[in-house]
Amino acid sequence: MDTLQHMLSWMPALLNGAKITIALTICATVAGLIFSFFLALGKMSRNIIISKICSAYIFFFRGTPLLMQLYFIYYALPLLSPVLTINNRFLAAFIAYSLNSAAYCAEIVRAAIQSIDSGQFEAAKVLGLSHGQTMRLLIIPQSIRRLVPPIGNEFIMMLKDASLVSIIALADLTKVTRSISSSDATTLVYIPAMIIYLIITAFFTFVFNRIEAKMEERE
Amino acid sequence: MSIIRTENLNNFYGDLQVLKDINMEIEQGEVWVIIGPSGAGKSTLLRSLITLEDFTSGKIFLDDELFIHREDSKVVEQMEASRYKQKLLEMGMVFQRFNLFPNKTVLGNVTLAPMNVLGKSEEEANEIALNLINRVGLSDKVDFYPSKLSGGQQQRVAIARALAMEPEIMLFDEPTSALDPELVGEVLNVMKDLATQGMTMMVVSHEMGFAREVADKVIFMADGAILETGTPDELFTNPKTDKARQFLASIL
Repeated sequence: MDTLQHMLSWMPALLNGAKITIALTICATVAGLIFSFFLALGKMSRNIIISKICSAYIFFFRGTPLLMQLYFIYYALPLLSPVLTINNRFLAAFIAYSLNSAAYCAEIVRAAIQSIDSGQFEAAKVLGLSHGQTMRLLIIPQSIRRLVPPIGNEFIMMLKDASLVSIIALADLTKVTRSISSSDATTLVYIPAMIIYLIITAFFTFVFNRIEAKMEERE
Repeated sequence: MSIIRTENLNNFYGDLQVLKDINMEIEQGEVWVIIGPSGAGKSTLLRSLITLEDFTSGKIFLDDELFIHREDSKVVEQMEASRYKQKLLEMGMVFQRFNLFPNKTVLGNVTLAPMNVLGKSEEEANEIALNLINRVGLSDKVDFYPSKLSGGQQQRVAIARALAMEPEIMLFDEPTSALDPELVGEVLNVMKDLATQGMTMMVVSHEMGFAREVADKVIFMADGAILETGTPDELFTNPKTDKARQFLASIL
């Protein structure tokens, strides 16, 4: 009984931590996904300079650890110039995760766009549509459906990568769990914490599956 | 007046010559059926005319006006940009694999280009589209997505989509060869209807019945060249070249 009471007393703090985790994951994935479209189109651009810049960006953010990117943005940037100080921990984490997620999503977006049948481009061309119109009206809308499963996967990965923010003392679910564990001298708190992670993951997996099913229905 | 005329059109894929000195002239209202073994260059010819493929050398004239002149795979002379674009739209194309837009309904497929390229209002585009959809016999499928249609229905939508741009000439690249046999007739009927209404057409197809019924000319191509040209009767019953004779024997 005593144990259960303990667990319940941790709940408000744990749920507050979960809120941070979820908010960060959603904001960073959405921002990252939007940015990734520009990166993907940029990488596929016929303009060599734009293409190279986008490729370099993707290479850099996929090739270095997220943890180090987070460190860099929160701790190192202010040392380079005080102007670059980001006092809000959530904002710092949001920036790092969005930039990182954009690089991963860009490759997913590029693969989805390139998987569209070349016949679509040909039909659009003989009808007189410009390249921009073809992308905006046909290719991107068609690739969105193919994006849902891999983006869902990316989202779940991000959800768990979000635990790295404890390094900049942002009170996400992992950080809160560790604090309780040390202040109450207990390991028990890990159990409800992990269960909360599983529930969140299960919920978002369900949401993405629903989105996928809805889109399949339409086409 | 010729709608399309070519002068010594050549195209190479590396060392392989896929078009050999194509000189052709199609007049307003003519219906051509182009036949020949696979690899003869039939599709390449249509695709070159509508600039889906860059040919190596030669000239294309539209309405007796130079459209494009290429030598050594480079453009030597080309119609002024805005006219070029406009002239290009005078050619409509129907593909073997339909290439309908899966994210648009039947109506959306037909109105997309008139609205976004010709700048027609939605109202106006809808009116034209509904008319054409009716003409190809799919009034009851207006709000369907392509995936819910049979191949024959999809191809009829594709024809309506091309017609919505009010082309002077329609190019058909094996329009029925991806269809189940029982669906071929409905597409051919739409095409016959189009031919009787005076549309200029170039059709790559091995549908002999269709050719006999509506073609003014049958063109026999092999190895990238036009080997024979004649009325369906001349070409089918009395081919002059061995290649044409062999080919006709193989498909009849």
